[in-house]
Amino acid sequence: MDTLAALGHGFLVALTPYNLLFSAIGVTVGTAVGVLPGIGPALTVALLLPVTYGLEPTSAFIMFAGIYYGAMYGGSTTSILLNAPGESGSIVTAIDGHAMARQGRGAQALATAAIGSFIAGTIGTAALTFVAPLMVKLALLFGPAEYFALMVLALTTVTAVLGNSLARGLASLFIGLALGLVGIDLQTGQARLAFGVPELLDGIDTVVVAVGLFAVGETLYVASRHRFETEEIYALKGSKWMSREDWSRSWKPWLRGTFLGFPIGALPAGGSEIPTFLSYLIEKRLAKKPEEFGKGAIEAVAGPEAANNASAAGVLAPLLSLGLPTSATAAIMLAAFQQYGLQPGPTLFDSNPELVWGMIASLYVGNVLLLVLNLPLVGFWVKLLLIPRPWLYAGILVFSSLGAYTLNNNVVDLVILWVIGLLGFGMRVLNVPVAPCVVGLILGPLAEQQFRRALAISQGDATVFITHPISAALLGIAVLLVVGPMLLRRRQRNAEAAGTPHSSSHSTV
Amino acid sequence: MSTRKSGALKGLLAAAGIASAALFATPALAELKGLEIIAPASPGGGWDQHARALQQVMQDQKLASGVQVTNIPGAGGTIGLAQFATAKKRNPAILVGGQIMLGAIVTNKSPVTLDQVAPLARLTGEYTAIVVPTDSPIKTFDDLIKKFKADPGSVSWGGGSAGGSDQILAGLIAKAVGVDPTKVNYVATAGGGELLASALGGHVTLGMGGYNEFAPQFQAGKLRAIAVSAPQRLPGTDTPTLKEQGVDLEFANWRAVFAPANLKPAERKELEEAVAKTVASDQWKQLLKQRDWIDLYQPPEQFAAFLKEERARIEGTLKDIGLVK
Repeated sequence: MDTLAALGHGFLVALTPYNLLFSAIGVTVGTAVGVLPGIGPALTVALLLPVTYGLEPTSAFIMFAGIYYGAMYGGSTTSILLNAPGESGSIVTAIDGHAMARQGRGAQALATAAIGSFIAGTIGTAALTFVAPLMVKLALLFGPAEYFALMVLALTTVTAVLGNSLARGLASLFIGLALGLVGIDLQTGQARLAFGVPELLDGIDTVVVAVGLFAVGETLYVASRHRFETEEIYALKGSKWMSREDWSRSWKPWLRGTFLGFPIGALPAGGSEIPTFLSYLIEKRLAKKPEEFGKGAIEAVAGPEAANNASAAGVLAPLLSLGLPTSATAAIMLAAFQQYGLQPGPTLFDSNPELVWGMIASLYVGNVLLLVLNLPLVGFWVKLLLIPRPWLYAGILVFSSLGAYTLNNNVVDLVILWVIGLLGFGMRVLNVPVAPCVVGLILGPLAEQQFRRALAISQGDATVFITHPISAALLGIAVLLVVGPMLLRRRQRNAEAAGTPHSSSHSTV
Repeated sequence: MSTRKSGALKGLLAAAGIASAALFATPALAELKGLEIIAPASPGGGWDQHARALQQVMQDQKLASGVQVTNIPGAGGTIGLAQFATAKKRNPAILVGGQIMLGAIVTNKSPVTLDQVAPLARLTGEYTAIVVPTDSPIKTFDDLIKKFKADPGSVSWGGGSAGGSDQILAGLIAKAVGVDPTKVNYVATAGGGELLASALGGHVTLGMGGYNEFAPQFQAGKLRAIAVSAPQRLPGTDTPTLKEQGVDLEFANWRAVFAPANLKPAERKELEEAVAKTVASDQWKQLLKQRDWIDLYQPPEQFAAFLKEERARIEGTLKDIGLVK
């Protein structure tokens, strides 16, 4: 009951017109920076820090929280419409979201993303209100061995995006793993695959690779084919509202995405990408029509979008209850706490209840504001696709290049973007799927570091992965996810072979 | 920004105008115009925070106008350093940097070193705390050293990136207590939250990092500091120093500012004075207190001498650990 009373008081703080205004500014700015690749919420909050110095801390944090949530919302828009993910958490959304947009179902994709984000954000905030301390206890149980197992589990997502050819899918995965090796090795400080280029020492940014492979690669491909065949792109086919079927296919992925996103977001090395991968995998495994995945399945947008927003709420759990920053944005918010002379950490809830609860309440308010801001804009956004193709694609190139440059104010990132874009073009020509490459790039280095840390701590004893219960359980689930469908398929085939002989033509997909 | 903009444009630039109005209000005499402060790191980190703190104080104290902070992140600051040292600047510029840069220059084989910039001032520093979870069987620094001497590999030292300040300190401690520095089982993390979580969760034997980063956890009784690398106990704390516990070491993760090397003496003098006046201001002192930064100011000559010694110590330790051949 104490929690509810505190939250009620928080709403009184958040709903004052003054703070409401800052929440509105926050979510609007956040949506805008989410849309732009390269400018993330972390940079935005850092830039705003000196400006907000004269503000009440509560108002400033209400605005920062709005920016954080808004960026997660905005990231999906460019993913879906332009195939250019604005944030790494919305890379997965691009796979099916953009396919939907090309079929004239962009409005539905945007709507399921917006409503899913709203639901996930609201449930995530509720979870933050009531179970944050529990989550944090759980998060601290995760050591390197457990993280490695989680990364392996997430890597099984690859099986869902491999495409028709195992060889091509694996080739793509290994390109991603190789790209992930570029840069200074965290454990030894030695450069790998950097070829003496200092800008490569920090590795290749995932957003640059995703935008290069998805947006630039596709643009080049479309341009090269334009003379021969013109694929029709529809801005809007039929209604812009979600149909009854869309709703019934979306609501479960929203909830499942939320329950993946929140706890993984609360993990100090969880991040926003891993839950989106896992959500995609689970939705494909549970879908009635898994063959639609990759070609515009609404579940594949609903689940990951809910997951990335819930993870944003999850990140705040260790930040507020332990002073543990688990993402770049959280780290800057921590710096902001210090700027106001506040002691973030275990004592913050007691020493500044007005601030903490005001901020949590403002997250609920921000979620509503975001939905109000985003849903009506859906009809406006999809009109982007009415722009004549050559202009639209030129626009995407300019936009992607701009984003890559702003990332580090560095021309080398532009070169990387274009080289990766050419690679993406080549892969498309050869019919190699690009999604496994991105999965490998993101998860490969994380898995490697955790693996080596685990072994360093255990002094080379590899059994840590099975003797730690959480790690063993996660690895077990990963094995089931890979082997299970194979066994199922075999049994199905055997059953079919035993039954009607001519029905085997169904299983050729 | 020009003050001769037409009236119509002024309306559009209202927001920016409010910010710049303060600058045009009372132009002081020796004001650095359009000073650029390079933070060779991403927004939010220590170097970025120092750059932005300098920006704020220099503007408020009318020592400089139109100050801009530029983030050039990457490779332990060496990318920002390289761009700073080679750029042809029209505006005055200074570079924020620190101890981590020294190690990064060597491990990354950076073509540009601190020889190509001029030391302007050492600003602040942070002393490293060695922490264990409250329920750890290791209660004191002595316990730790006993365990470390008996079986070096059984102690996992959690800290920031490889070759960074924490690993160097670990190597220095090993050498001081007579253990082969290459035997230190160092577990590099991305620092910040990741390090804190491994220390809190007991996944590493001990954690190393800035004292203040851990301070809230000491108060909450979740972590215990068994040693601090300061010359004396930090004010208001009772954590014993390394020196008290038989390891003759002082170690600060310091931060500093540098000027381009090719400046005319008059230009360099101007920058030196601006920085000296900044750190002498009450506003700066208050800011340090607020952020819990320890004032380690050294003027140019003193800093240059310190830098020379520090470079030798760090480069030597990196060789001892085996990170640099």
